[in-house]
Amino acid sequence: MSQPRFLVTASPHLKGPATTPAIMWNVVGSLVPIVVAALFFFGLGALLVIISATAGALITERLFGQKGSLLDGSAMITGLLLGLTLPPGFPLWMAFVGGFFGIAFGKLLFGGLGQNIFNPALLGRAFLQAAFPVAITTWPAAGGGFWDVTAENLALPLMGAGETDTVTGATPLGLFKFEGVGTDTVDMFIGSIGGSLGETSAVIITLCGGYLALRNFLNWRIPAGIFITVAVLSGLLHLLDATRYPDPAFMLFSGGLMLGAWFMATDLVTSPVTKVGNWIFAAGVGVLIVIIRLWGGLPEGVMYAILIMNALVPFINRSTQPQVFGTRVQEAES
Amino acid sequence: MAARRRTFRHGVHPPELKELTEGEKIRRMPFPDEVILPLSQHTGKPAIPIVQQGDRVERGDKIARADGFISSPIHASASGTVAAIELWPHPDGTYKPAIRIAVDRYSAQVPRPRIVPRWEGLSPEEIVQAVQDAGVVGLGGAAFPTHVKLSPPEDARIETILINGCECEPYLTTDHHIMAEYPERVYLGIRIMMQALRVKRAMIGVEKNKPDAIEALRATRPGDLNVTVHPVTVKYPQGAEKMLIKALLGREVPSGKLPMNVGVVVQNVGSCAAIAEVFDTGMPLIERIVTVTGLGVKRPANLIVPVGTRVGELIEVCGGLTEDAHEIVFGGPMMGAPQASFDVPILKGVTGVVVLSKAETKPKESYPCIRCGHCLDACPVFLNPQLLGQQALAGHYQDMEEHHIWDCMLCGCCSYVCPSNIPLSQLFQVARTAIRRLGSKAAAA
Repeated sequence: MSQPRFLVTASPHLKGPATTPAIMWNVVGSLVPIVVAALFFFGLGALLVIISATAGALITERLFGQKGSLLDGSAMITGLLLGLTLPPGFPLWMAFVGGFFGIAFGKLLFGGLGQNIFNPALLGRAFLQAAFPVAITTWPAAGGGFWDVTAENLALPLMGAGETDTVTGATPLGLFKFEGVGTDTVDMFIGSIGGSLGETSAVIITLCGGYLALRNFLNWRIPAGIFITVAVLSGLLHLLDATRYPDPAFMLFSGGLMLGAWFMATDLVTSPVTKVGNWIFAAGVGVLIVIIRLWGGLPEGVMYAILIMNALVPFINRSTQPQVFGTRVQEAES
Repeated sequence: MAARRRTFRHGVHPPELKELTEGEKIRRMPFPDEVILPLSQHTGKPAIPIVQQGDRVERGDKIARADGFISSPIHASASGTVAAIELWPHPDGTYKPAIRIAVDRYSAQVPRPRIVPRWEGLSPEEIVQAVQDAGVVGLGGAAFPTHVKLSPPEDARIETILINGCECEPYLTTDHHIMAEYPERVYLGIRIMMQALRVKRAMIGVEKNKPDAIEALRATRPGDLNVTVHPVTVKYPQGAEKMLIKALLGREVPSGKLPMNVGVVVQNVGSCAAIAEVFDTGMPLIERIVTVTGLGVKRPANLIVPVGTRVGELIEVCGGLTEDAHEIVFGGPMMGAPQASFDVPILKGVTGVVVLSKAETKPKESYPCIRCGHCLDACPVFLNPQLLGQQALAGHYQDMEEHHIWDCMLCGCCSYVCPSNIPLSQLFQVARTAIRRLGSKAAAA
């Protein structure tokens, strides 16, 4: 019997269905409804901001990343997420620079996919906040015309902000922090409020994130942990002094908390690998959000909360190593 | 006992793929033209040949003796003439000394008449000796000499024998059919082992996906024996010794220790049936039941195969390969070893021959680790494969020992779930070989 040539590979010879690109592109897919919501609430300008940020991320990845790394979908996620954290009237060139910075300094400098310590999208946003503090806190009032593309959007690089031609509004967090005004929770839940592009509709974000959690593409412990921590902590403070501290529903549905908890903190690369570690990480993010929002100088604290906890991930991983099978017994004996 | 779910934590759920041979009754294959019997078919020292080229041997004759206690003799699996004692391709991928027997084409293959002692009257020591003389080794894959497991050290207190009928590897239906078709033999083997170990209790663990095996075992359960049948959760690697002990008794075998440290001896159902055979007919272990299956085989089957049959001949009996055949694996697809040649013989410990198709073996692209933690959620011994993988790639073997690389069973769960397709268990295997070569304390122990 003649013998064909056989393949010789190491076991296991079967492979589970999950692949890294599948996870990444599913995240991209679940961000699409949030992008559409941004388009619906803020008009065409919003879409252009997201496209600019994404273009910055993709082009940087293509130019400086490893060959073919665009296909794994991770740069796309960074770009989309960064775009969703920006205000609708944000100058497009700045969004582009943010995308570049996030990928180049947040990811590729560390060695590309899987090597970075900080969430690249948030690092890009942190850079923009430091470089362009005015532009990034200029919030047009919701409800402008769909086709409106503001002059700020089209501002030329480094020429200073053009004359403001839109009515600026304030975000619920800004209103609360600086003017002591609350916002209707239902409005925040649905999304018809001022704010960054993807930070407004809690419903859509929860549905999209929930889908990823069901498919095990993100770790549900992280959003759950953040929600519980923020709700409990702000609930206690609210009970102490309802005038100074907002109620938990406001805390949960305002600002970038939903997007941050579902999509940013859950970034696989920059969150812990252990289950216990994920709970600790989530609790840390929750506590920091409450502290920054209520006692810090900024109205919003999600970004820094996640970045700070990102930095602690290696430490969290090290200190939450699983108990190896059969080692507990030995310790009990000795 | 409360209706607690009988299983262990973590693990994976690969497709079962057992349909191909689930309904195939065990059949006997015709004798091959030649059998090749490597001297090393078991864990421990290789056997020492006691025949020479040109010697005439009858089926069942001892042709190589055990070299010490942790070793096992080899018997002729067919009548014929010793053609050569030489190096031959071994399933582990190397060449190893083997006794080749040219099978007598006209022989009726009737073994010499032999005296079978009645096991009831034997002392534990005599049973252990008889089991070693018959060359019985663990038939579940590891091929650890069975008589060694039946003679624990004086200070070990064995109170339970666990019989492993899980067969958690996909594709394989060997143990399934042994339980469903020969339950009496399984019980006879258990009886003899209980006498050898002076143990009062035996438990059989069978994955729930074999209801007919569970039914057959329950229907034939001897009333005078304290033996119980326990359906366990279908999950890989449920059939790993430590996982089965955890599932049935809730005990964890301490890291680096053996089942006997928690008062347990685990035996595979096939080994039970083989021991029954020894004391029933007097035949040593010269044949075993093998599942030949996979999309690459034309007529998958569960066959009684003379040990030493070339895998090519076995596949021919099963109708040959399909166009699609691409990789031959001895054992199950999760832990089995790939074979490069049709000339490799079936050993005592080969549970199955799985021929995988091109589609199943398509190479998949690797990506960087994205630290998703899926491997940690899959590892049944609670290692951190993510970290160990990094250390293996960096060559930090000492760190790997600190992170319990020797507790790894090489079950492959981490590789199976890794979305970035990083060959984790392969890395661990390589690392362990390297550590052994470098000479480590743990490896020497």
